Amino acid sequence: MNNLEKKDIILEARGVTKKFPGVIALNNVSFKVHRAKVNALIGENGAGKSTLMKIFSGVYQDYEGQILLDGGEVKFTNTRDAQSSSIGIIYQELNLIHNLSIAENIFLGREPLTPFKFIDYNKMYRKTSVLLKELNLDLDPRAPISGLRVGQQQIVEIAKALSLKPKILIMDEPTSAISDEEIATLFKLIKLLTDQGVTIVYISHKMDELFQISDRITVLRDGRVVDSFKTGEVTEDLIIQKMVGRPLKELFPRTHTVSGDEMFKIENCTLVHPTIDGKYTVDHVNFTVNKGEVLGIFGLMGAGRTEMLETIFGLHPNMSSVDVYIDGQKTNITNPSGAIKAGIGFVPEDRKLRGLIMMMNVRDNINLASLKRSEKMGLISEKLEEEYAGQYVEKLKIKTPSLHQKVANLSGGNQQKVILAKWLATNPRILLLDEPTRGIDINAKREIYALIDELVKADMSIVVVSSELPEILGISDRIVVFAEGKKKAEFGREEATEEKIMKAAIP
Amino acid sequence: MPQNRYKEILQKSQSLFALLLMIVLMTILTDNFFTTGNFWNVLRQISVNLCISVGMTLVILTGGIDLSVGSVLALTGAVTAGLLKNGIAIEPLNILIRYNTFGAVSAGLFLGLILGLFNGVVITRFKVAPFVVTLGMLTIARGLTMLWTGGYPITGLGKFSVIGTGWFLGIPLPVWVTGIVVGIFMIIMRKTRFGRYVYAIGGNEQASHLSGLNVKRVKIIVYAICGLLSAVAAVIVTARLDSAQPNAGISYELDAIAAVVVGGTSLSGGRGSIAGTVLGALIIGVLNNGLVLLNVSPFWQQVVKGFVIIVAVVIDRSNKSE
Repeated sequence: MNNLEKKDIILEARGVTKKFPGVIALNNVSFKVHRAKVNALIGENGAGKSTLMKIFSGVYQDYEGQILLDGGEVKFTNTRDAQSSSIGIIYQELNLIHNLSIAENIFLGREPLTPFKFIDYNKMYRKTSVLLKELNLDLDPRAPISGLRVGQQQIVEIAKALSLKPKILIMDEPTSAISDEEIATLFKLIKLLTDQGVTIVYISHKMDELFQISDRITVLRDGRVVDSFKTGEVTEDLIIQKMVGRPLKELFPRTHTVSGDEMFKIENCTLVHPTIDGKYTVDHVNFTVNKGEVLGIFGLMGAGRTEMLETIFGLHPNMSSVDVYIDGQKTNITNPSGAIKAGIGFVPEDRKLRGLIMMMNVRDNINLASLKRSEKMGLISEKLEEEYAGQYVEKLKIKTPSLHQKVANLSGGNQQKVILAKWLATNPRILLLDEPTRGIDINAKREIYALIDELVKADMSIVVVSSELPEILGISDRIVVFAEGKKKAEFGREEATEEKIMKAAIP
Repeated sequence: MPQNRYKEILQKSQSLFALLLMIVLMTILTDNFFTTGNFWNVLRQISVNLCISVGMTLVILTGGIDLSVGSVLALTGAVTAGLLKNGIAIEPLNILIRYNTFGAVSAGLFLGLILGLFNGVVITRFKVAPFVVTLGMLTIARGLTMLWTGGYPITGLGKFSVIGTGWFLGIPLPVWVTGIVVGIFMIIMRKTRFGRYVYAIGGNEQASHLSGLNVKRVKIIVYAICGLLSAVAAVIVTARLDSAQPNAGISYELDAIAAVVVGGTSLSGGRGSIAGTVLGALIIGVLNNGLVLLNVSPFWQQVVKGFVIIVAVVIDRSNKSE
């Protein structure tokens, strides 16, 4: 290595191997982080990205190989160690304490003190104000985290990491929960930081983002570095090919054509705002879905999309009103069990919190909403249960060592398939999917898109809420755009473009 | 068989191993432990706690807690005994209703069910923490017991006491009662939708609700069952002593929680089993019995028991975090 390159590389992993019981998470990985650049790391879930980051940030200490910081070997014994070496990390999962204020969260564990060892709140608030202003976030440092939207919380996490003045900042999918506006702010900030000499390691699934902001892209697959490129010298297709290890056919398989009649009609869907009088979270929304049609619903964070699905599904019976017509029949739904009886299934946005019983196994999760049919004379027949669950494991290609595997041990994509299986087991005519591919790898995404296509071909009606434009454009037959609780626009598949949709979505 | 099933079995047999170890130890250390008489003695002693613990297991599996079991036991026992002995006088009409054993026991069980139902309805309808509601019920039921008995024991219950002292097919009747309760609830928890829903709700209440489960109804039934089983335990206690004591059942809730927790059921819900609770109750029962036989002072017995509970849960925890 010549001297010039030495100066250019701030952080390096050399031949790093990390084993977990039963899996090799990283296999002889070498990865160079270039100084003051945006170094993107991409790979499917389980490729080893997070493991590598956790070694860089001192979470894992027992690995083989070397980590070099500014050319000298380092071995962090804990996360604080890494912090004091100026490596900051923003995890994908938010690690904030909800009942504490923004400032208290940012300075948690290192609060500024007065000479008498009390917390110096004035100083803390002042410093927080400055940080928030840099991030273009107009919030009171005294505000509790619980009152913030997810996107705002994400930015507080970023502020927290920045408050440590890191030289290297690792960001693990920082945009997975924030709106496009917030993403734009974040990207400006990243530019600013690199200009100031801060090095960024950026992990993401979103291809367009990587091309927008990164200087270099490194692809991980199955615990190995597959290839590394300068961003300007590579195409999206090539990256995808490297990620999945084979040329990817069309991401959005589309074999169905809509021909059916109207199946599902929503009129005057209204949900009052929980705290502000006279305001609506969902404001008199109407739409229809035909038999065998995919209706895409797009909107920014807080547009009321999730709340609308919840209202239809009977989750807010006392605060909402809606007229639901299924196959021309008016249907009164006041709770989820009523919705299921009416033939509706709902895959919620948050898998772990609302979709799965994490400590239960695959079989029990799949059968949960349709357990009755496994009964024989009042008792559950294990044989029937396994039969039913087994069918879906096979049909949806759920990768699990057995039906008895706890769903907590499955990958995100397979967990999502388990939830879909649970709903398919109820024989629904209408499926409501809220961000069905959030945080899952590209192969699993493709499989889910293919499944959606297959289901509508069998005359199901599907409503997909998504904040990923390519996804909405790729799978929908029609697209409805939401903003501030209202339906703003509707486009047919042919007329829809990213520009038109974004224009309608911005309030 | 999948790997995690092996692990599960291994972990379950861990408490079984602990129990066997204790049995061996006690057998070596004392002369009277490993005898037929003492065997039935231990089982009879744990029958009351185990009966309550079965109900407590269900409640804890949903992520709740029931602190009122001891007071409910006292009240239902007193009501059963009082009806049996004195009947109910409706003075304005000058009527005295007398009860036979079946009637008095049914009335006690019904009351237990109602008290549990009350707990469940308040917890689900008004969204009050189970700890608070059942703490209130603990005081209410105790107060009602004092009002009903005037603070004096109700003694001399005639042939009713056979339930506590009798034998059938070589097995003490209290052991029969609890054995049947355990059997029924093992089947319910493993083989019925209700049982599965209890686990699901304890594991993730929101996801269960979204899957169309009637979360409130399941929870109400669980608390009603816990009240009912407290009343079943009251029948055993009252019959065995041939009297209803106004201060019966004090701190029984703690013994029940201890059996459940030692048996590997998670206090946060969703994970555990009736079989585990049986083991937990046996471990605590053998420990109590052995310490008595060893002539350990009752004060030290409490200290030892406390440590055993903590150690059991610490071991359980470290297994799970692996």
